[in-house]
This record gives sequence, structure tokens and C-alpha cells, in this order.
Amino acid sequence: MAEADGVRRRDFINIAAVSAAGVAGVGIVVPLVSQMSASADVLAASSTEVDISSIQPGQAIKAIFRKQPVFVRNLTPHEIAEANKVDVASLRDPQTLEERTKEGKENWLITMGVCTHLGCVPLGAGEGEPKGEFGGYFCPCHGSSYDTAARIRKGPAPKNLEVPEYAFTTDTVVKIG
Amino acid sequence: MSFPWAKEYKPSHPFMQWMDDRLPLPRLVYNSVGGGYPVPRNLNYFWNFGFLAALCLVLQIVTGIVMAMHYAANTQVAFDTVEQTVRDVNWGWMMRYAHANGASAFFVVIYVHIFRGFFYGSYKAPREMVWLLGVVIFLLMMATAFMGYVLPWGQMSFWGAKVITGLFGAIPFVGEPLQQWLLGGFAPDNAALNRFFSLHYLLPFVIVGVVILHIWALHIPGSSNPTGVEVKSESDTVPFYPYYVAKDGWAIGVFAILFCTALFFFPNALGHPDNYIPANPMSTPAHIVPEWYFWPFYAILRAFTQDFFIIPAKLMGVLAMFGAILVWFFLPWLDRSPVRSGSYRPLYRKFFFFGLIPAMAVLFYCGGAPAEEPYVMLSQIAALYYFAHFLIVIPIVSAIEKPDPLPFSITESVLGEDEAAKLAPAPSATVA
Repeated sequence: MAEADGVRRRDFINIAAVSAAGVAGVGIVVPLVSQMSASADVLAASSTEVDISSIQPGQAIKAIFRKQPVFVRNLTPHEIAEANKVDVASLRDPQTLEERTKEGKENWLITMGVCTHLGCVPLGAGEGEPKGEFGGYFCPCHGSSYDTAARIRKGPAPKNLEVPEYAFTTDTVVKIG
Repeated sequence: MSFPWAKEYKPSHPFMQWMDDRLPLPRLVYNSVGGGYPVPRNLNYFWNFGFLAALCLVLQIVTGIVMAMHYAANTQVAFDTVEQTVRDVNWGWMMRYAHANGASAFFVVIYVHIFRGFFYGSYKAPREMVWLLGVVIFLLMMATAFMGYVLPWGQMSFWGAKVITGLFGAIPFVGEPLQQWLLGGFAPDNAALNRFFSLHYLLPFVIVGVVILHIWALHIPGSSNPTGVEVKSESDTVPFYPYYVAKDGWAIGVFAILFCTALFFFPNALGHPDNYIPANPMSTPAHIVPEWYFWPFYAILRAFTQDFFIIPAKLMGVLAMFGAILVWFFLPWLDRSPVRSGSYRPLYRKFFFFGLIPAMAVLFYCGGAPAEEPYVMLSQIAALYYFAHFLIVIPIVSAIEKPDPLPFSITESVLGEDEAAKLAPAPSATVA
């Protein structure tokens, strides 16, 4: 018996068995947790192409990206000027219009149509919908108002409307996602 | 575990004796809800609501299992299967509306049950564990009810799911991945609907489990009572069977009349017309409201419109909403008064009736109202009082209040005199 040094064979077996059970436990929990994440088919449907050729200045369309609305808006020169007039430092989520659009395509404002407060779809993209007091979007749920660069200006939403990842594949086609 | 004068289970039939030696389930029932459980003789009608809550749980499980037989958790057909259940399935309309209104009835009953606890100090030692388990049950009920409301996949279902899962998005750093993990996608969709259905079916049975613990913990000290004075002698109690079985039976009758009135004459009164429009992820209803039983907490969520130092308004609202219930967990230790019942606490009673109840009523009203003035300001004032009530008013009141004299015993409070009081030393009459 090696009891003199305080470590017995049993101690080793005990630690080894409990450790193995612990590793096995983690191994069981990982798939159980991971299966809840977005599945491959959901992720595969996570990019979308939009033809923007028919959107006139001042108009906007709602496209679908990841089962959520995306606003594609063709800003008028007046709206661009409005957005650039604002003192960026005074904004809740300071960003310029340039930072929210692609270079040379400042008139194309592409944002998620998902209010950053609690996820409602703001109004202002459709014909005749109210655009709120800052001329961009207005969320009817809790009254958040966004300006012509879709930046939060008033109401409970903490952030500007999110700009998804996108690229112009041609002058008239945008690939979102 | 029980009082020494509790009647013992003595099976007379040979089979029951044989059974008692092998699986003493009848003994457990006898000691829990039979003649073997002595209960204070002075319980008022507010004590019927625990039993009614159990009844509601059974009602929800039975009607829910029926609903699941006719429901398909798929975004393409979920809305239609619910409508088909109502229109085509034999008695489907009754099952559906009994289940939907049963949820409302469950919350009516549970709110009375909880506020009974607030007023009579049911949360105090030695019943803290009963209270804590009760709060757990309430949280489980809220989760279950929320997920159930999503299943018909109407407009309110969808946008309710979006807004509530959006709350998790407010958590710093992990919010967005957490939200996507909960939904199994970027927005509520088939994956979310399926897991909500799975969990909506599971959680009621978890509730059953916690209810068993709740009752187990209750039966160790025994039921509280309106005086808050602990049971002293046999003359303070009556056996649960037949006395409270009969009284609970009477309560079932009253409950059934009210429930059937709602079910058969106003089945949609507490619902929302927008939920009869199939879910449309591209268009938000003009006025999103949760079910009425969430209104006070929804009002607290929306009461935060300004950033609070470095905490954004949205996160603050989420924290406050969950905090409004989590604060109940600390109640047994926030209230230091040795007197349980509000009946003998003049100051506590004033704050209960003229503070907590009106604040809760305002929150209820504002939670269902649009997010505009004056409702936002009213919810802010009411939410402020709500938290102050638990965190400031209750600790201070319990420290400075001079309680009214307590009766010597339950018997004395019922009969006006107790023989034992004349023999007992006088000082014990003033101590809780």
C-alpha cells in the first residue's frame, strides 16, 4: 500500500471517473445548446439581391432580408443636404451619412426596417406613410423618429437603423448580406 | 411536520392496509388534503385562491393537451390549424376559448393569491420557501403564457415574440447572439414557433413539479391565516377534509359561473382583434400590446425613456421589468416586522391600500395604453412608487411601525375568548 504518500489508487480512480463524467457532460450539453442556433438552411437564406433600377429619388422600397424588412431608399438632394446639416456630435448614435452609405452612392440609403428599440417595422418607406418629424422613418410602436439618414433622433430607440452588409454588384443591383 | 393532534391515517379495508405497507400514496393524500391536515379555522375567502390556482393549472393542461391534438407548429399552417380547431373540430371552439380564457383566469386567480400574500405577510418566516417557490411558479407561468400566445401565429403572436425576444437583444455584448440563439434565426420564424410549442407543452409540467414543492413547503409550518398568529392548539384548527374541501368546492362554483360567463358570452373580450390577422413580418400592427396580465410589467418596461448614466434606456427598461418581479424574492428579508398580518399593521396597511394597489392599477392601465403622454409619465410615477414600496417603504415601515395588539390565538380571534389565554402568562399575548 502506498498510503504513506497520501495518494491511494482509489483517489486516482475517483478523480479520473469524475473528470471523465464532467467531460462527457460538457460533450452532451454542447450539442443541446448548439442545436438552438440558426440552422444551415436559415443561414443559407441570409443574403438577398435587390433590383433598385425603378426606385426614383424620394422613393423607397421594402425588400426582405433574413425574413426581416430592409428599406432601400433613393434620397433626394434635399434629403442628403438635410442629413449633412446635422451636427453629428449632438446625435445619440453619432454617424454621418457618408459612414452609412457607399462611396459615390450617397443617395442610396440601405437600412434594416427594424426599429432598434424593440424590433417593430418603422413607417416611412411606403407611399403615403408618415415619415416622422425628421423626415426619415417613424416607428408607430413607441414613437421613435429617424432622420433622412435613418439616424435615431427622438424616442426610446438607442441606435440608428442598422445598415446591413451590402455591395453594389452592378449599378442597379444590390446584394445584401 | 404536522401538528400533534393531526388525525392519523388508519385504513380499515384490508386492501388499503396492504397498499399502505407498500406504497403509502393514500396516506400522503390523506395527510395533504384530507382529514390528516389541520388548517386554521379562521381562513377567509382569499385562502381559496391557492386551490383555484391548482384548478386553473389542471384546466390549462387538459384543454392544452386537446389543443395540441389539433395544432401544427408550422408557420405555413399554424394560424389555419387554430382556426380549423375553432370552426371544424367538434367542441374545438370550446376547447380553444377555454384554454385562452383559462390563461386569463389563471392570472386573475394568481394575482389575488399573490396580493393575499402581500397583505397578510404570508412570505414571512417560517414560510419564506413557500413564497420563493411561488415566485418561481409565477415566472414559469409568464414564460408559458407568453409562448402559448405566440402559437396561433397571428399578428400579435408574431410581434409579441419579436418584441419580447428583442428584450434580450438589449443585454450588452451577448444580446444579439443570445436573441438569435433563442429564436434559431434572425427573426421569429419556423424554428422559433416549433421550440415555443415544445416548451409551451413542457413548462406546465415543470409548474406541476414546483407546485408540489410549494405545497410540500407549505405543509411543514402549515397554512398561514388572516390574523398571522401561529396555530397554538387543536381548537385553532379544523381538518382540511371535510371543512376546506367543502369551502373550496363552493369556490369552484363561483369560479365556474364567472369563467363560463366569460367563455360562453365574451370569449374574445380579453383577446386582441389583430391576432385574427395571420402573422406578417413586413408590417407591424399600429398598437402592439401584450396580453392584459403582462401590462403592469410592460408599463415598467416602457417607463424608461431616458438613458440612465451609462445604461441605455432600453436596457434599463428591461432590467426594471425583470427587477419588478425579482424584488419579490427579497421581500421576506425586506420586511422585518415580526407581525405578519396587515390587519394588525396600521401603517403597512395604509401603504398597501393607498400606495401599492393604486400604483399597480395605474401600471395595469398604462401598460395597455398607447406609448404616449400622459401614460408614459403616469407609468414613470407608478413604477417609481412600485420600487420604492418594496425597497424603501416596507423596510422603513417595518422598523418604525407600532402594530395593533394581536389576539392571543386564532380561537380568541374567532370566538372572542380562549380558555388557554386565561391560564397563559400575559406577555405572550403581545408577541407575534
